[in-house]
Amino acid sequence: MSYIPLHGYFVDAARNWPRNTAVVDPGRGSITYAELAGLTDRLRDRLAALGVRPGDRVGIYMRKSIDAVAAIYGILKCGAAYVPVDPGAPASRNAYILQNCQVKAIVMESRFQSKLLDDWDPQAPKPVILSIDEASAGAALVQALDDADSKLDAAPAIENANSAPSDLAYILYTSGSTGKPKGVMLSHENGTSYVDWCTETFQPRAEDRFSSHAPFHFDLSILDIHVALKHGAALVLIGEDVGKTPERLAPLIAEQRISIWYSAPSILALLAQYGKLSQHDYSALRLVLFAGEVFAVKHLRSLTQQLPAPRYFNLYGPTETNVCTFYEVRLPVPDDRVSPYPIGITCSHLRCRVVDADGRDVPRGAEGELCVTGPGVMQGYWGLPEQTAKAFLVDHADERWYKTGDVVTEAADANYTYLGRRDRMVKRRGYRVELGEIEAALYRSPAIKEAAVVALPDETLGVKITAFLSSREAKHPSLIELKRFCAENLPLYMIPDVFLWREALPKTSTDKTDYQRLKELA
Amino acid sequence: MAEDVKQAVKAFILEEFLPGENPEELTDDTPLITGGILDSIATLKLVLFLEERFGVAFQPHELDPEHLDTTAYIDRLVRSKMA
Repeated sequence: MSYIPLHGYFVDAARNWPRNTAVVDPGRGSITYAELAGLTDRLRDRLAALGVRPGDRVGIYMRKSIDAVAAIYGILKCGAAYVPVDPGAPASRNAYILQNCQVKAIVMESRFQSKLLDDWDPQAPKPVILSIDEASAGAALVQALDDADSKLDAAPAIENANSAPSDLAYILYTSGSTGKPKGVMLSHENGTSYVDWCTETFQPRAEDRFSSHAPFHFDLSILDIHVALKHGAALVLIGEDVGKTPERLAPLIAEQRISIWYSAPSILALLAQYGKLSQHDYSALRLVLFAGEVFAVKHLRSLTQQLPAPRYFNLYGPTETNVCTFYEVRLPVPDDRVSPYPIGITCSHLRCRVVDADGRDVPRGAEGELCVTGPGVMQGYWGLPEQTAKAFLVDHADERWYKTGDVVTEAADANYTYLGRRDRMVKRRGYRVELGEIEAALYRSPAIKEAAVVALPDETLGVKITAFLSSREAKHPSLIELKRFCAENLPLYMIPDVFLWREALPKTSTDKTDYQRLKELA
Repeated sequence: MAEDVKQAVKAFILEEFLPGENPEELTDDTPLITGGILDSIATLKLVLFLEERFGVAFQPHELDPEHLDTTAYIDRLVRSKMA
C-alpha cells in the first residue's frame, strides 16, 4: 500500500462516507464527515494565512470537543504538528510545554488565554492565538473563523500538506524525571503504522462507535481519533467530569451504543464496582481495550462477569512507541487467578527484544529490559538530544531500539509479562508519573527544605505515593496547605497520597537520599 | 441539624483523607476538590458516605466541584435534599 500522511486517512473517509456522523459530543451536538472536512479545510487555510508553515508546531488548549478534533485535522492538513495540552493542568506547566516546542500558533479557548499569557516568558516569542469561545460542537470554531475572515484578509485555499513519513504529526508531553515535562515527537509514519495495525487487529467498521475517553494529550487518544476517523466510524467524546464518574459514564456508554471502548483500567475497575452495569443495555459493545497500567485481576474478573459478550484486549506500550504488545484475555477469568495477565505478543509492525544491563540479549524466560524497534517508534524528545540518545540502544546493524525501562520476561509462547520498572517512573490512572517531577514541584515551596518521593504498590490505590519532607521552619505547612500547593503546581494525578515530615531525610554513605530506607518507612 | 452535616463531612474527610491534620485547619471554605484533597475516587467515597448517613441521593451531575468543593457547599446541597 502506498504511503499517505495521517490526515490522509480522514480525507479519504470524508470522501467515502460524507454523510456519516464523524464526532458526537453527547448533549452538545455532532458533526458529519463532510462538515468536519469543510471545517478543517477552513482552519487549514486560516492557519496558513496566519503564517503557520509545514514543519511548525501548533498548540491545542481547550476542552475535549468537536472543535478540538477539528483543530487536530486543521493543523495536520496545513503540514504542522499538533501539540495538545491538558486544559486542567496548571497554566504554568502548559506555558512551559508550548514555549518548549516553540509553537507558531495556539488554537485555544479564550478563558485560558490571560492565565497562559501571565505565565509566558516575556523573552520567548509570542505565538499567534486563534481564540475561540467556549468549545461547543464546532460552532465556536466556525465563529472564530468567520470573525477572522471579516477582520483579516480572506484566507486563500491551499492544498492539504503532503507530509513526508518522517515529518512530525504530533508531540505528546509526558512527565519528565528532571521536573520538566518532555515532548515525545511522533511522525506521520509513527501514527499511520500504528493506525494500520489497529485496522488489521480490530477490523473496525463504519457502523462502529468508538469511545474517546482518554484526553487528547494522552497517547490512548491516537487510536480513538485516528482509527475511528479512518473507517467512517463515529467518535463519541467523553468529557473529563463524566469520564471519571461511573454513575454517569455507565448509562452514557449504553445510550451512545459504544461498540469499541478504550481506556485505562482504573475507570473500568470503577465501572465494575459502582456502575450498576446490569441496569443498562451494552449489546452494541464488541471490543473492550485497556492500556496504561496493570488491570487488577479482581476487577477485570468482575467486569467480564458483568459484561461477558465483548472481546477484551490488554494493550501495552509507552508513549514513545504507542502500543507495542497486545494480549487477548480469554473468558472466563479463572476464579483462582491472581496474577495480572501478560502484556502479550509483539504487534506486527514492530519488533521487540529483551536485553540485560549491558544491552545483550537475555535467554528466553530471563528477566530483562524490553526494547522496541520499527516504524511506530518515536523520533526522539523535543530539544533533548542527550535524553534521546540515552533512550535508544543502537545495535551493530545500526538499528535503533527504544529502551522502554520496563522489565519483562518472554514466555515460550512469545507472550511478554511485565514485572516492573528500572527507574523512578510509576503509573497512576494510566498516566506516567516521574517521582522526580513531584519532588521538583515540592521544592518550589519556600517552606520545604528537602523532598523525596517514593511509590509502593497498594491494594486499593494501585500505587501509593508518599512524600517525605523536611522544613526550613519550625512550623511546617499543614496537610491542607501542602495539598493545595501541589494542586497549583502539579496535575491532580501527581499529588502524593501521604506526606510525612522528618527533621532531616535519611542519607546513604555517599550522602544521597536513601530511597531504600524511605520505602521501608513509607 | 446544620452543624451535624458540616461536622460529619469534616470528620469523614479528616479521618479518610487528611490523617493527622489539625481539625481546625479544615474550615467551611477549604477547597476540597480544586485544593487537591479529594480526587475522583475520594469524591465518590464521600458521596456514598453522605447518601448512607443522611438518607439522600445524589444526581450524577452533582458530583463536580461546583457542588462539592467546600464543606459549606456540601452542607447546602445535603440540607436541600433533606428538606
